[in-house]
Amino acid sequence: MTQDDNKEGIKGMANPGRYGIERIAYLLMRLTGLGLLGYFIAHVYETSNILRGRMGWDEFLAMTQTTEGHLFLVLVIGMCVFHTGNGIRIMLGHGGVGVGKPARPDYPYDPASQNYRHKIGIYSSIVLAAVAMMYGMAVMFGE
Amino acid sequence: MAQVSSIAEEQAPNPLSASKSVLLRISRFNPETDESNKFMEFSVPYQKWTTVLEAILDVKKHFDHSVAVRYSCRQATCGSCGMLINGKPRLACFTKISELNSDVVTVEPMNNFPVIRDLAVRFERLFDTHHKIKPFLIRDDTELESNEKEFLQSPEELENFIQFANCIKCGLCNSACPTMTTDSSFVGPQALAQAYRYVADSRDKGKDSRLDIIDESHGIWRCHFAGSCSQVCPKGVDPAMGIQFLRGYLLGFRS
Amino acid sequence: MKESTIMKIHYGTALASVGLVAVHILMRLTTGFSDSLSYENVLANYQSIPYVVMLELILILLAVHGFNGLRVILLELKQGRVYEKAVSYGCVVGMIALIGYGSRTIIMTNMGMS
Repeated sequence: MTQDDNKEGIKGMANPGRYGIERIAYLLMRLTGLGLLGYFIAHVYETSNILRGRMGWDEFLAMTQTTEGHLFLVLVIGMCVFHTGNGIRIMLGHGGVGVGKPARPDYPYDPASQNYRHKIGIYSSIVLAAVAMMYGMAVMFGE
Repeated sequence: MAQVSSIAEEQAPNPLSASKSVLLRISRFNPETDESNKFMEFSVPYQKWTTVLEAILDVKKHFDHSVAVRYSCRQATCGSCGMLINGKPRLACFTKISELNSDVVTVEPMNNFPVIRDLAVRFERLFDTHHKIKPFLIRDDTELESNEKEFLQSPEELENFIQFANCIKCGLCNSACPTMTTDSSFVGPQALAQAYRYVADSRDKGKDSRLDIIDESHGIWRCHFAGSCSQVCPKGVDPAMGIQFLRGYLLGFRS
Repeated sequence: MKESTIMKIHYGTALASVGLVAVHILMRLTTGFSDSLSYENVLANYQSIPYVVMLELILILLAVHGFNGLRVILLELKQGRVYEKAVSYGCVVGMIALIGYGSRTIIMTNMGMS
C-alpha cells in the first residue's frame, strides 16, 4: 500500500466473491474472451497446415485428435457458448434493455439494474455452456 | 433523588438490549512513515443498534485517539465515512455491527482511493471526475431571461433523474468498481451516473457536450456492467442503470 | 476514431460472427466430426466459394473483435501515453497479421496451391 496507489489491482478484479453472480460473469467474460482469442490464433495456425499437403495436414491433425486435444476443444466450446450468451446479455444491458426504470428508491435500495432478468441470463449462459460441452464430448468421444 | 434513580434505571442492564462485544480490527497506515498497513485489534461492546462508526469512535475515545477516520453527519447524508467493512465498501455510519453477523469486524480504507492515514482517503480524483462531466444545468437562457418564473418539469420528467440526484459522493461505487481496481484514468461510476442525471434532466441542454466528454478511451466504454457499484450504493442511486441508459444515447438507442 | 465507433464495431463483429461461426461448427457435424476434418473434406470446403467467403468473413470479424477485446483489457490494466499507444498499435498490427496469415491459407488453398 502506498500513498498514491491504493488499488486492488488484478487481485481485486479476479476476486469476485464479494459482489455476486454479476461480478463472476464479468470475470468469466474476460477469461473466456482471452481464451477464445488464444484458441482462434492457434486455430488459424493449425489450419494453415493444409498448405503442407495431405502429409502435413494428417500429421498435425494427429497431434490434436487426442484425448487431451478433445478435452481442450470441449473447453473451447464451453467458453464460446458462455461468451456468446453472456455477451448478448451484456449488449442488451448496454442498450438499456432489462435494466429497470428510474424511480424514487426505497430502503433497502435493491438496485433495479441487478434484477432477475440479468441473473437468469447469466445462469442460462452457464447452463447452455455446460450442455454444449456435454454435447461436444458426446460427439468427439462417441465416435 | 428521583432523577438519579431514573438514570440508574436507564443504566441498569436490560435483557432486551444486552451488550455483546465484537473484535474490531482497524487498518493502521501512515504513508509518510509506514511501508505497509497493519491491523490493530480492539474488543468493543455493542448493542443491536451500534454502528461501525460508533464502535470506531469508541476506540478513539477509550483506547487510541490517534485512529484517523473521516465522518460528519452520522446519518448517511454527508458521504464522509465510506470504508471497507469486512471487505465490502460501506458507510460506517449506516452499517450496524449486528447486521454483519460476524464476531470480527475488519475496517480498512476504501480501495481505489489514495490513503491519507488509517481509514481516511483522498477524494480529489472523485471530485475532479465529478466536475469533469459538468454537474450543473447547461442551457443558453436563464430563469431570469425566460418569460416563465422557473423551468417547469412534469412529475414524469422528474422521475427520470431524481434517483440519480440522491448521490452523496461517498465514493463507495468507485471503490467497488472492477475497472477502477486497475484503471487510474477511468472516469468511474460516480461521475458517469451524474452525467446521466443531468442528461436525463428535461431542463438541461448539455447532452452533446457531456457525451463528448465520456466518449473517450477511459470513459463510459470501460464500464462492463458488472453492477458492483449499484450493489454497494447506500442511497439507491443504481449507477449501473444510469450508465447503461447513458450508453444508449451513444449507441443510438435513445435520443 | 471515436471510442463509441470502435465499440459499435466491437458489438457488430460479435453479432455477425455468432451466426457465421454457428454455420462453421455445424459443418463439422454434417459428416461426423472426424470425417469432416479429413484432408479431402477440408480441401473441398476450401474450394467452395461460398464457404471460403464465409471463412474469410469469420477471420476478419473475429480478429477485429478479439484484438479489440484484448486492447480493452490491456488499456484497463495499465495506463500511460506510451503504453496505451503501444497497446493500440500493437493490437492493430496483431489483427492485420492474423488476417493476413489466415487469408494466405484460404486463398492459396482455394487456388489449389496446397
